[in-house]
Amino acid sequence: MSEKVPIGEKVLMKGNEAIGEAAVQAGCMGYFGYPITPQNELTAYMSKRMVEEGRTFIQSESEIAAINMCFGAATVGQRCMTSSSSPGISLKQEGVSYMASAELPVFYVNVNRGGPGLGNISPAQSDYFQATRGGGHGDYRVIAFGPSNLQELYDYTMLGFDLADKYRNPAMILADGILGQMMEPVTLKPYSPIPDLPSKQPWRLGDPSTSEPLLVTSLILQVSGMEERNYRLFEKYEKIAENETRWDEYKTDDAEIVIVSYGTAARISRNVIDRAREEEGIKVGLFRPITIWPYPTQPLRALAERVKSFLVVEMSLGQMWEDVRLAVEGRAPVHLHGRTAGGIPEEDEVIEQLKQALEYKGDAYLRNF
Amino acid sequence: MEQVFAKPEAMKEDKTLYCPGCGHGTTHRLVAELVDEFGIRDRTIGIAPVGCSVFADLYWNFDVVSAAHGRAPAVATGMSRTNPDCFVISYQGDGDLAAIGTAEMVHAANRGENFVTIFVNNAIYGMTGGQMAPTTLIGQPSTTCQLGRDPSIAGYPIRVCELLQTLGGVAYLARTAVDSPKHVIQTKKHMKKAFQLALDKRGYTLVEVLSPCPTNWGMQPMDAMKWLRENMLPYYQLGVFRDVTEECEGGN
Amino acid sequence: MPKVEIDVERCKGCGYCIEACPRKILRFSEDFNKMGYHPVECFEPDKCTGCAFCAMMCPDLAIEVYK
Repeated sequence: MSEKVPIGEKVLMKGNEAIGEAAVQAGCMGYFGYPITPQNELTAYMSKRMVEEGRTFIQSESEIAAINMCFGAATVGQRCMTSSSSPGISLKQEGVSYMASAELPVFYVNVNRGGPGLGNISPAQSDYFQATRGGGHGDYRVIAFGPSNLQELYDYTMLGFDLADKYRNPAMILADGILGQMMEPVTLKPYSPIPDLPSKQPWRLGDPSTSEPLLVTSLILQVSGMEERNYRLFEKYEKIAENETRWDEYKTDDAEIVIVSYGTAARISRNVIDRAREEEGIKVGLFRPITIWPYPTQPLRALAERVKSFLVVEMSLGQMWEDVRLAVEGRAPVHLHGRTAGGIPEEDEVIEQLKQALEYKGDAYLRNF
Repeated sequence: MEQVFAKPEAMKEDKTLYCPGCGHGTTHRLVAELVDEFGIRDRTIGIAPVGCSVFADLYWNFDVVSAAHGRAPAVATGMSRTNPDCFVISYQGDGDLAAIGTAEMVHAANRGENFVTIFVNNAIYGMTGGQMAPTTLIGQPSTTCQLGRDPSIAGYPIRVCELLQTLGGVAYLARTAVDSPKHVIQTKKHMKKAFQLALDKRGYTLVEVLSPCPTNWGMQPMDAMKWLRENMLPYYQLGVFRDVTEECEGGN
Repeated sequence: MPKVEIDVERCKGCGYCIEACPRKILRFSEDFNKMGYHPVECFEPDKCTGCAFCAMMCPDLAIEVYK
């Protein structure tokens, strides 16, 4: 490792670069990227660091080529990564679906920007459905984190590589333009792999020690064969949900109303909670999913047993809101505060909606737009 | 008595499911013969594209990965860059290489990626039942240009070797055919050169093999061979279009 | 004496070997193989020189050549 990087120390760093260093520390051997704002610093950082480490860096001709280069690297057992922003992540979906089907590990990052279409380069969380419902064609899921600070970007990049290898499945981070562009202190923890990381890669091609020829493919023409693979993938996803679901809670013990929010929106919600308690005496807490897939349905449902109502605060128009309603299953109303395409929730507006939510008697929900 | 022609070790026993007279069978075998001759079977990875040769893993007796349609050059790049010890063969059809995968082909060539491309040009989409390909000839019928390819609406057949000639990363470009013993021998000679240059990490190598597709051309195999000679050979000039070891320019 | 051995069950009756044989000693046989093709047969084996042109042209590895 290049000694220039002060591993173990706390440094002021840009989000995109924190992701890059974490990937380098986690042993990423191939990074393939394509320019798109607001993710460019990550590609630029990797172009420097990966070459410094004597590893593979390619600025590919398209996001499609990049994910397929990852497919190649993973096929020969090398840790690999790509990153992009919203439109570019859409282009990668076919490749991700192929890797999920062929059970190949890959880690990728979406620095979410305003959409749909070319949208804009402002921060948003509008790719939540894409991130949490597989994103491409077929019955598959991708492990997806929704970090809300730069330390989490760093930590969950490392964990993302490990879980991708552990479960032989794509893993991703859904960040956004704010997290990617802002600077914050980050402790550059040395990489230490999770305990149950598989030591061998049985699928690995081009390895002279394997006697029989191997095949890596996502194509199985016999229906029974493809169906059997899908059932096996499904069992894997259940195991991931059992073992890898992560969330945290803030001041929910005595809360009457709970804000459900992740990523940048969760940062704003914490301020809202402190101010609403102090200035308005509202007993409000925060339930913050860290893995947005697998979604923390059970703990949220448990909370719904004792809480009067929920307010989802998100930078999209009712995407994570649906998962909250699935978890709460009618036990309490689930109100929605959504901004989009670069719009960022304002503390005062959220506090105002909290007040309305507490008096809400209807059987539907309140919405701020 | 000595056996002078036998199944290469790098070919499996199974019969192929390719149509009678299909050029894939011959081309698969030539690849396998070279894998044997170079003694690299244990570190060779063949990429099966999307097309009839998606079944290549059933016939090649070495590692195979099936890539998304058109993305074989990117998959090959990822493999050969992160594991330079493996020997990668990107086996592609005309739709895979010159339609959906054009960008991947051009940029892998331009970066001088070290893998061998075997480009089987049969001027039609086989697997999907005979649609027009980028290399379908003017006037040649297909299920999607039933009165024959009309350039005013479907453009012109693409000459891939000539297209790639100007790219710096290219080490070897040759076009050949499998329509006669002479050409089969020549095809193997070109492939052998491409194998050697890839092993020596000299850059992007591509051998374009003109190949019959009797079923989708709607002809008997012998007639398909005749049609290939009378129509494809004049339009797709055979020869070496780039050879970094001889620095020759243009076909010879 | 050079000879060819044709695996009648691999042959798909494409005929490339017939055209390629410089001695013109290959032809379609009258009977059928399991796939319903007329496999190729060598009807004047003593003229075979073992040049293997037939085997080179065969897409299906149906021909072995001995010399």
